[in-house]
Amino acid sequence: MVTINGKKYDFSNITIYRVLEKLNYNIERVVVEKNENIVPKANYDEVSIQDGDVLEVISFVGGG
Amino acid sequence: MDLRDELNPANVLLSKRKQGEFNSFISREELDEALAERHGKDLQKKFQNAKVAICGLGGLGSNVAVALARAGVRHLHLIDFDQVDVSNFNRQQYFVSQLGKNKTESLSDTLLQIYPYLEIKTDTVKITRENIHDLLKDELIICEAFDKAEQKAMLVEEVLRQFPDKYLVSASGMAGKKSVNEIKTRKITNHFYLCGDGVSDLAEGDGLFAPRVMAAASHEAMAIISIIDEIY
Repeated sequence: MVTINGKKYDFSNITIYRVLEKLNYNIERVVVEKNENIVPKANYDEVSIQDGDVLEVISFVGGG
Repeated sequence: MDLRDELNPANVLLSKRKQGEFNSFISREELDEALAERHGKDLQKKFQNAKVAICGLGGLGSNVAVALARAGVRHLHLIDFDQVDVSNFNRQQYFVSQLGKNKTESLSDTLLQIYPYLEIKTDTVKITRENIHDLLKDELIICEAFDKAEQKAMLVEEVLRQFPDKYLVSASGMAGKKSVNEIKTRKITNHFYLCGDGVSDLAEGDGLFAPRVMAAASHEAMAIISIIDEIY
């Protein structure tokens, strides 16, 4: 199981890109941290998540 | 072309002239003493040493800058490529006399009327992944004050990744007419604060109102003041 923003999911061996897609995040509007390290956007489709990983996904909205 | 403002002699002359214009009203000692009476000598000293970069000078950035100038936070680095536009007046700290002028220059003028002894650095450039390292290397505290969600995400990612020792304050979610009570500050880590309601996206029919935007900017400014108190 992986933990994403505090909730557990039964994902494993998929890329961060796929996780974001599955959870309906807008790729261009998020910042992702895996096990307390920022994952650069350019690496989303190369980095995969494994059992026990903890992801934090911060979503931004427009206006300012 | 990406030309840093400090390399443009016209910019340096302008701010020196403006500074000369307003420091005749009150001496630095008198002003600093008045500020120290309001928030204490210790904090006043910290504000004199603090350096803050404000990325984006729109509804968020211009209001953050005014709040920090009023506190006497002395070193402000203002970054925005844009000019003052008619669409700005509903929430941004600009005046009709400034239409068409660079936001960097216009905001500097305004800030110097509040605290003539500010040390203002400006960069009239668009912030990109490529120039972030060079632009933001001198300030310990970075304020994300963009309007586009994609730009916010880009800046937050690059600052957290490239400068993990710096302090970052960002804001997301302030559109619409919902209660201002929903604007909050979340301390995500010791080095990263996120203000706003987190969800209210700018959309068709859901515009930006000064009270909500200024509230988000106030949260950012207050987070910055807390950080200054902690680290200086």
